[in-house]
Amino acid sequence: MVNKVNWLHKDLISLEPLSREEIIFLLETAKSFEEVLERDVKKVPTLRGKSILTLFYEPSTRTRTSFEMAAKILSADTINISVSTSSVSKGETLLDTVRNLEAMSVDVIIIRHSFSGASEFVSKRVKASVINAGDGRHEHPTQALLDLLTIWEYKKTLTGLKVAIVGDILHSRVARSNLFALRKLDNEVRFVGPATLVPEDFKKLGAKIFYNLEEGLYDVDVVMALRIQKERIGDGFYPTEREYAKYFSINRETINFAKRDTIIMHPGPVNRGLEISSDVLEDKRCVVLNQVTKGVAVRMAVLYLLLSGGKVEN
Amino acid sequence: MKIKINNLTIVTSSGLFRKNLFIDKGIIKKISDKPISSRGVDFLIDNENLMVFPGFLDMHVHLREPGFEYKEDIESGQRAALSGGFTAIACMANTNPVNDNSAVTHYIKCKSNETGIPVDVHPIAAITVGLKGEKIVEMGDLKKAGAVGFSDDGYPVENSDILRKAMEYSKCFNIPIICHSEEKKLSKEGQINEGEVSLKLGLKGIPKEAEIIGIYRDIMLAKLTKAKVHIAHVSTKDSVELIRRAKKEGINISCETCPQYFLLTEEEVLGYNTFAKVNPPLRTKEDVMAIREGLKDGTIDVIASDHAPHHIDEKDGEFELAPFGMIGLQTMIPLSLELVRLGVLDFQVLAEKLSRKPHQILGLKPPVIKEGEEACLTIIDPHYEWVLEKDRIRSKSYNTPFLGKKMKGKAVYTIKGGKVFEIED
Amino acid sequence: MSKNEKKVTIIDEKTFPRVINRIAHEIMEKNTNLNDLVLIGIKRGGSLLKDRIKNAIKNMEGVNVLSGDIDITMYRDDIFKISPKHKIETTNIPFSLDDKNVVLIDDVLFTGRTVRAAIDALFDFGRPRRIQLAVLIDRGHRELPIQADFVGKVVPTARKEIVEVMFKEVDGKDGVVLR
Repeated sequence: MVNKVNWLHKDLISLEPLSREEIIFLLETAKSFEEVLERDVKKVPTLRGKSILTLFYEPSTRTRTSFEMAAKILSADTINISVSTSSVSKGETLLDTVRNLEAMSVDVIIIRHSFSGASEFVSKRVKASVINAGDGRHEHPTQALLDLLTIWEYKKTLTGLKVAIVGDILHSRVARSNLFALRKLDNEVRFVGPATLVPEDFKKLGAKIFYNLEEGLYDVDVVMALRIQKERIGDGFYPTEREYAKYFSINRETINFAKRDTIIMHPGPVNRGLEISSDVLEDKRCVVLNQVTKGVAVRMAVLYLLLSGGKVEN
Repeated sequence: MKIKINNLTIVTSSGLFRKNLFIDKGIIKKISDKPISSRGVDFLIDNENLMVFPGFLDMHVHLREPGFEYKEDIESGQRAALSGGFTAIACMANTNPVNDNSAVTHYIKCKSNETGIPVDVHPIAAITVGLKGEKIVEMGDLKKAGAVGFSDDGYPVENSDILRKAMEYSKCFNIPIICHSEEKKLSKEGQINEGEVSLKLGLKGIPKEAEIIGIYRDIMLAKLTKAKVHIAHVSTKDSVELIRRAKKEGINISCETCPQYFLLTEEEVLGYNTFAKVNPPLRTKEDVMAIREGLKDGTIDVIASDHAPHHIDEKDGEFELAPFGMIGLQTMIPLSLELVRLGVLDFQVLAEKLSRKPHQILGLKPPVIKEGEEACLTIIDPHYEWVLEKDRIRSKSYNTPFLGKKMKGKAVYTIKGGKVFEIED
Repeated sequence: MSKNEKKVTIIDEKTFPRVINRIAHEIMEKNTNLNDLVLIGIKRGGSLLKDRIKNAIKNMEGVNVLSGDIDITMYRDDIFKISPKHKIETTNIPFSLDDKNVVLIDDVLFTGRTVRAAIDALFDFGRPRRIQLAVLIDRGHRELPIQADFVGKVVPTARKEIVEVMFKEVDGKDGVVLR
């Protein structure tokens, strides 16, 4: 239990620099916000008068809706802007875009971008708080936080667990954010997948590497399947989807390699039949939809923590 | 003009001496232990902290003119070079139009002479037309116009057969081929060194092997063709080892490295610092140590800057969109002196790598500090401490990870063409 | 804590339960139908006080009054100023407040801003028939038109002084002191 943390961050860009205490504090705050989601009247005046901008350079339904829902429950005003990535090269620069938007007195900019580091770049150049909603293959901190909150609910603990993250680790920002956070909380993190998608250097960042699904899933408390990002893949990371599914798909048979009471997670959207099979998605140990609910609570907590209190420049 | 230098440390190939120098009409008239009479002297340099080196040559500079004058032009590049203590520089061919014909070479020569800035500019022409790696340039014509070397720097010549022919053909004119050694298929779309940092930042990595394979191929082609081959910007441990073995075997190659590769590591990029985005990328501690070792044992012949100016609008953006490169002319002396302070090199060897070797490789007469020789000198204060602030940068761009950092050592004068040039603080 | 700091006991350990019993009596007097009564404690001091009052009613009447807890952080008017941040406690009102007689309970009544926030919060859980306020200490200095229906003790204070309420459950002993 962490009762008081001097939360001084202007932005939430990545989990890597956060302390263990800060992560737990964030999750505990999110737990308190979960209660609001169960009320009949899902509205509190906490962030009344604040304006929150979602600036998405990549398509997303779930994350964007989740942030918007969180902001609205907290009574903030939201504005959504979608920019197609193709206009990046011909239109105005990212810097000009965010500076112009900030000039309209925006308090928070939630940004998703296909380039790693884009959120950090923006955060260093605007006074508004910046939340990284996924930058390239770097980090997706709120996704990992909602994963942790889900794990916490089902496993009743945040430490000492064995977590297998399976699939396209190389291109996954979710895998990185989860790795940093789970390691800080002293969990074992296994990266499982074909060697082309699971670079060995991740060992230096604290992950255990497995190229064999059975060994990777053995005795784990949590199985997290990642989406095969077909749009990023294409230059031969594996021969065919058929072969990938044969060796690395989470299905009714392979899930038995894990602990009997394992939980099955997936950040979505799912490629049914590729990284995870439909019957596993229907399994009662599958908590995918619960993850989505937790996402709103986590994002409320992040907005609350970044906006309340004396603001401190990083 | 009569110039007198009193009681300064002179760095020559046979050692360091405390001497007095007398220069008249551009010729070193006298070097003596005894003070030289001051009568009739136009300029006196009298500061025992200073050291006299043969004039420095930076053989790897991007001047951006013609075509990219918003990043740098010949004049601003020369000013930066003078401020950095260079008496000469060699500039790469990736301009627009590309320096792949004598007209562009001629333009660069004329333009640099017209500025009146006492820094000789030696153009390096492209190996292939338009840097496309397809058709060899008119080497004879280019040499005649003033080209001192050939390089497609920025790109390797991917087709080994074309590079082989370029090497062979270059032998007719005794001009070096300068290789940007990189296996592009392996490094494609890479942003920084592949490893812990690239994984942490989620940036596509460039494996060291992209450079190592490139260098190995280029060494083998040098062996096959017996041409004069120079490997640009060496950055990895295995690269040094390959070149060391090749030299031992008697293959006619030379190579250079840059201060960023013997001082900085990939960690410099953390926080998505685009000023530290260079190609080849900054590597690891292990590589830095190996580069120093290569400098020490003579495997690496030359220190060059790979001065690559880029406009702030290009650098101040998303990391993946930012161009590769950092400026380096004005930081060369303090950063190279770091090697002396670290005990890697002595002053004498430093003079080799900044003056004699680059001149020799490019077929230019190296300046010598000797009675009767032309006076082409770089005079430095090795202890002078300063900070690399934006307003001290003479280049049009300020893209360097050393911006705002403390520097130790600076050029104070250059002497060339019978004149003394005082370098502003 | 400096040695020469003044500490005045306002309610001692022995008086403490008596005060609570009196408040419980008064609440029952005014709310004869205990089935419609709901006690809501404001976290954290108010929650502890609510538990005591609830116990007192149970001991006297044998009735388990409906109760809940509320954290008013989300309703504060100074949310953009407070720092460092305390954890938000979980609000727990798992029933509708429609047509209930709610007694809002806090340990100390001061500016009235907390109570204002709490009243706002209550309306997100239904439409109570009536809201009353019970406090252990009323220390004055109101900034809003709010007053308590049930008061343990009125204590005139200076603005700078601190009223410290202690509960056995968390502080090891009961009592109220003025510092």
